[in-house]
This record gives sequence, C-alpha cells and structure tokens, in this order.
Amino acid sequence: MTAVRWDGLEVGTSHTPFIDQPLTITDFVRYQGASGDMNPIHHDSEFAKGAGFPSPFAVGMLQAGVLATYVTDWLGAASVRVFKVQFREQAWPGDVITYEGTVVAKREAEGERLVDLELSATRQTGGTHLKGWATVHLD
Amino acid sequence: MSSSPEGREGAPFQMVVERGKIREFARATKSANPDYLEGDHPLSPVTFLSVAGFWQDETNSPWGDEPRNYERILHGEQEFVFFGEPPRAGAILTGVSRIDRVYEKAGRRGGAMNFTETVTEFRDPTGKLVAESRTTVIETGQAPASGDAS
Repeated sequence: MTAVRWDGLEVGTSHTPFIDQPLTITDFVRYQGASGDMNPIHHDSEFAKGAGFPSPFAVGMLQAGVLATYVTDWLGAASVRVFKVQFREQAWPGDVITYEGTVVAKREAEGERLVDLELSATRQTGGTHLKGWATVHLD
Repeated sequence: MSSSPEGREGAPFQMVVERGKIREFARATKSANPDYLEGDHPLSPVTFLSVAGFWQDETNSPWGDEPRNYERILHGEQEFVFFGEPPRAGAILTGVSRIDRVYEKAGRRGGAMNFTETVTEFRDPTGKLVAESRTTVIETGQAPASGDAS
C-alpha cells in the first residue's frame, strides 16, 4: 500500500466508493460480540417485533466502523485525528451499503498537514444511513 | 428535573487496549489492514474506543443509576478525537465520562427532542489526554423512527 501524501490530494477528490456485501444478522452479531453492545434489538427477531420493528435492524456503530475502515484503507491507520458520524435512516438485513468519501479541505494546523473529508454510507434505496466527517493527518 | 446534569462525572475506569480485542474488532468492521493485525503493538481502529463499555459499570456512568426511558432514546451522533495516533495494543488508559451538554430542539413532527452529549476522555498513565469519545443521544416524545436506537 503506497501512502497517500498531502500534496497528492486535491479538494474535490473523491475516493473509489466501497460497495459492501448485503448486511446480515451474522455481521451484526460479530460486531456486537466485538464491541460488547449486546442490545437484542439487533439480533433477536422476537424482541425486535415486540418493540414494534419488522425485524432486527443494523447496529449503526458497525457501519460507522466500516466507514472508518474505508478511510483507513485509503489514507492509513495512524492518520485519523477526528472521525464523526451522524446516524440517519436505519439500515436493515439485506441492505447494500455504499461507502463514499470526498476531500473538502486541505489545511495546516500546529505544524500538521491535515485534510478534511466528508463521508457517507448510503442504502440501495438512496436513503442516507450515515453522514460522516473526518480529519486526517498526512505527510 | 430540578438541576441541570451538565458537568456530572462518572467514576474513572481503567481501559486496557487489548491486541486480541483489536483483531476481533478490525475483522468485525471489515478491515484487513496489517496496522491492526500484525506486530506486538498494533494500532486500535478508529471507532475501537466504543468497546470501553466492557470496562465500565454503573458507577462509571455520569447517569449513575438514574432511570432513563430507553424506548425513547436513540444514538444520534458519535465522534472520536485523537491527539496523535490512535492508541496501540498494550496501552492502559484511564477513562472519565462526563455529561457535557444538554439542550432541546423542536422535533419535525412537533414535540421536544432532548439532546445529551456525553464525553469520555481517555488519558495515559502520565495524565496526557490521548483520545476523546463524544456520544450524542436524543430523547424523543415518541418511539424513534430513525437513527440508531441502541
């Protein structure tokens, strides 16, 4: 993996979108085990229906984590200084999520070269699941 | 509520950044990045500090044992700030959670929505602030129809 350099990125540059496999409840369970958030609404059908939902729905923090993976696969694991997501529409088993990112600013602060990104995770319906923002330090 | 909960803090908790947990978390979030998977002290993934819940109990929450209506609460936003590279495996951090801001906005379908921002600061053994995690939860007048109701 060749490191992306600050000089090599321009404002307006979009990274190749990542289109994930359809979401499965197994994905949710694996993430819940890894994170310790065992809320049954994400894996227990009876519980989800009892709460008024048609089925379990995705753990927002899982897609937030995949969005972060999208950024670190692009710009490196050590580089992220700020990462923020806003949860919008829920995502559901079977959803195909597309992860995207665009450089919206380049700046220098306290001797560090930074880029600001706008990010998104979008459902196959076109609905926004996550909006995201990141600030990344690059050499 | 008689007084604002802003500024209320939970008891400090210790969080050990564990290599196996990093590997499990990286795989769950679909990363094959060698920086998370190789060496004795791999980096932790960007959203890894979410696992801090493993090291906490009620006394570490600024809400303590105050009852909350979880059917009306949804996770609105989540932010991570790093003051340098993200923590590496082997790091022993001390976390303190605090209720930072409480405010109200009008909902789209009428009714007030109450926003609460809770910040957890993570410090290394020298007291240096290494990371901050900020969680915004929204309490609605009716069952949430969007957002991450977890």
